Amino acid sequence: MAEHATHVEGLAHHFVSMEQQKEAGMVGMWIFLLTEIMFFGGLFLAYTIYRTTYPEGFLFGSHLLNVKLGGTNTVVLIVSSLTMAMAVYYSQKGDRKKLLAFLALTLILGLAFLGIKYVEYSTKIHDGLFPAAATWNPPSEGEHAIPVEKQQAVHVFLWIYFLMTGLHAVHMIVGAGILITLIIMAQRGKFTKNYNSPVEISGLYWHFVDIVWIFLFPLLYLTGYHFTPGGH
Amino acid sequence: MATEVMETTESRVNYLNNGTTVKSWLLTLDHKRIGLLYLFSISFFFAIGGIYATLIRLELITPQGDLLTPEMYNRVFTMHGVIMIFFFLIPSIPAVLGNFLLPLMLGAKDVAFPKLNLLSWYIFIIGGCLMLYTMLSGGIDTGWTFYPPYSSIYSNSQVTIAGVSIFITGFSSILTGLNFMVTIHTMRAPGLTWFRLPLFVWAHYATSLIQVLGTPVIAITVLALAFERTLKIGIFDPKLGGDPVLFQHMFWFYSHPAVYIMILPSMGVISELIANMTRKRIFGYNFVAFSSLAIAVFGFLVWGHHMFTTSQSMYTGMVFSLISYAVAIPSAIKTFNWTATIYKGSVSFDTPMIYALAFLGLFTIGGMTGLFLAALGLDVHLHDTYFVVAHFHYVMVGSAVIGYLGGIHYWWPKITGRMYSEFLGRISAVIIFIGFNLTFLPQFVLGQLGMPRRYHAYVPEFQVLHILSSAGASILAVGFTLPVIYLAWSIKYGEKVGPNPWMASGLEWQTSSPPPTENFTYQPVVTHEPYEFENVEEIKQARQAELQRA
Repeated sequence: MAEHATHVEGLAHHFVSMEQQKEAGMVGMWIFLLTEIMFFGGLFLAYTIYRTTYPEGFLFGSHLLNVKLGGTNTVVLIVSSLTMAMAVYYSQKGDRKKLLAFLALTLILGLAFLGIKYVEYSTKIHDGLFPAAATWNPPSEGEHAIPVEKQQAVHVFLWIYFLMTGLHAVHMIVGAGILITLIIMAQRGKFTKNYNSPVEISGLYWHFVDIVWIFLFPLLYLTGYHFTPGGH
Repeated sequence: MATEVMETTESRVNYLNNGTTVKSWLLTLDHKRIGLLYLFSISFFFAIGGIYATLIRLELITPQGDLLTPEMYNRVFTMHGVIMIFFFLIPSIPAVLGNFLLPLMLGAKDVAFPKLNLLSWYIFIIGGCLMLYTMLSGGIDTGWTFYPPYSSIYSNSQVTIAGVSIFITGFSSILTGLNFMVTIHTMRAPGLTWFRLPLFVWAHYATSLIQVLGTPVIAITVLALAFERTLKIGIFDPKLGGDPVLFQHMFWFYSHPAVYIMILPSMGVISELIANMTRKRIFGYNFVAFSSLAIAVFGFLVWGHHMFTTSQSMYTGMVFSLISYAVAIPSAIKTFNWTATIYKGSVSFDTPMIYALAFLGLFTIGGMTGLFLAALGLDVHLHDTYFVVAHFHYVMVGSAVIGYLGGIHYWWPKITGRMYSEFLGRISAVIIFIGFNLTFLPQFVLGQLGMPRRYHAYVPEFQVLHILSSAGASILAVGFTLPVIYLAWSIKYGEKVGPNPWMASGLEWQTSSPPPTENFTYQPVVTHEPYEFENVEEIKQARQAELQRA
């Protein structure tokens, strides 16, 4: 147990105090999130430019997306942010049981999001709407027909959709990995009232990934409800 | 007496003799050892980039394309650029000297995240191995700028792997920048306020800011390019509705600030060299410190000056031109303040100072010719000519590499505990200065006369200037090889030095040379402004007496 106790202390050799260590972790994560903003920022720039160039592609394209599933996913993620915040709260209270429960709940919600995303992706790929040369085969007749003259613009919308949501999904998968690590650490009793900064720092990441989706959802799914056909 | 002193130095545990196995190096979390790992890695890449440069200069001795095929020449200049920029210049000063010195200068035991620091090196090595694979499987022929649609559709070379390599290496740069920023924010010794920081630290803070904010953009850009190439998605391909100019915007949004990733740390080194080698408080400390940040901020707003000859609107071009001019202000502030520091200082002409003086001259030329290129009308004439090549070599080699070499010489006794041959040091610094100017001054003339860059054959009138340039390159090669030899020699045979051979200020000179693994055996406390020197008058007189004797 003595070894356990030093671990609970959790102070790395090169820091002077726990406060310094925690501050370093927090500042580090905020700077990392800055890099993430710039990373997604490149794609938001592409989105802005192509939406101006091809408004009709975005109008058509967003109607191809399943607003119900996207909306559900938005709710799922917002709730998961709440459960993550609760986990941070209980880690600071030193309540291991509730910490574990809320971490698990966050993980389940995250996986639910990825599951729903998988359903959405597979439907699109099945419909021939994945914009790679080998799979691109949009329906030109029937209920969901895309007029031939608009197909190129829709193609642009769809690669933006896949690239942005795909990168977001990769971040969700990383987040799930982080949550699993936190759950294992919490299970082993690593977190105490004095040492809990990994939970809070991971929480920052989780909220960030959530916020990215809050931007993606209206920009991709709802934008067609904003455009009127023939206008603009 | 002397042998006794030497024995105690020998037996003392320092970061170099604390573990000598390969494993103790490859799994080290010590920022000083990681700095040395980078030193060896980037020296290797510098040699490879140098071989490509040699091939270019050999080809250009004659007007006909006789040594290399056009196809081969494209690959050679591309690989020269890619390797020198992403695998040498970007990591050079921050990853080697920054890693080694930042915690020492801050009075800390290590950087904030030592494991992340080691991970950055491994990421760099993985990216480097991919680039070596690219090289061995034929290289790429797109130019280091990777412009689509050539790079995404038509090029038959290894663009995808090279893109992945740059994507990966970028994270090494991001994580190093992140680590430095957090270290500077949270790990300063008691009493070390922001305005007592050495200017090297300010420069690295500004550099890290660019690494952290700019590099993710190039990452997403090359990732998109790789997707376009492999999956045939029309991200930038105009045939599929994409916009190739968007690539150029995104590419230069990183790649212009990247120039400041190369030059800012060098400016930080020069500030240290000039203050310490003249034993004078730097003139206008606050201005030099803030001009680093100003360069970092302005640097993000000028990328469009690479695109004056594209579809970018004239009015956009005017704004970019104006802001590009504005970058000259903080750069000039630095140059004038360094010059003012030297004025009436107690100037020594040791090797590091020779590099610092070379920097002042070469950076002035490199910076001023940048203004030619920032001018909208003139740039149309000079765009994509050797004038551009000469300009950026004056900044990247004449300033960044010179600063790097000056820094390596200045901190060499701290890193190894031994001194190199001062005579050879001075000689090679002068050789590099002469060789460099002979290589690149004629290229300004060539460019102004209309010699385009990236051509392997040219009209016979240009031959004289090209021969001058190639001759200069061979002198430069000698100048770059000499330090490798005498520095390696000094590791074993150099004269042993104490903690502070230059009588310099700064926390790194208070600990022993080479420093112990934990950097300081006590907790340093800072009570002074930076660059406060004692005994200035005595040393000034001693130096003058020495000069009179000589």
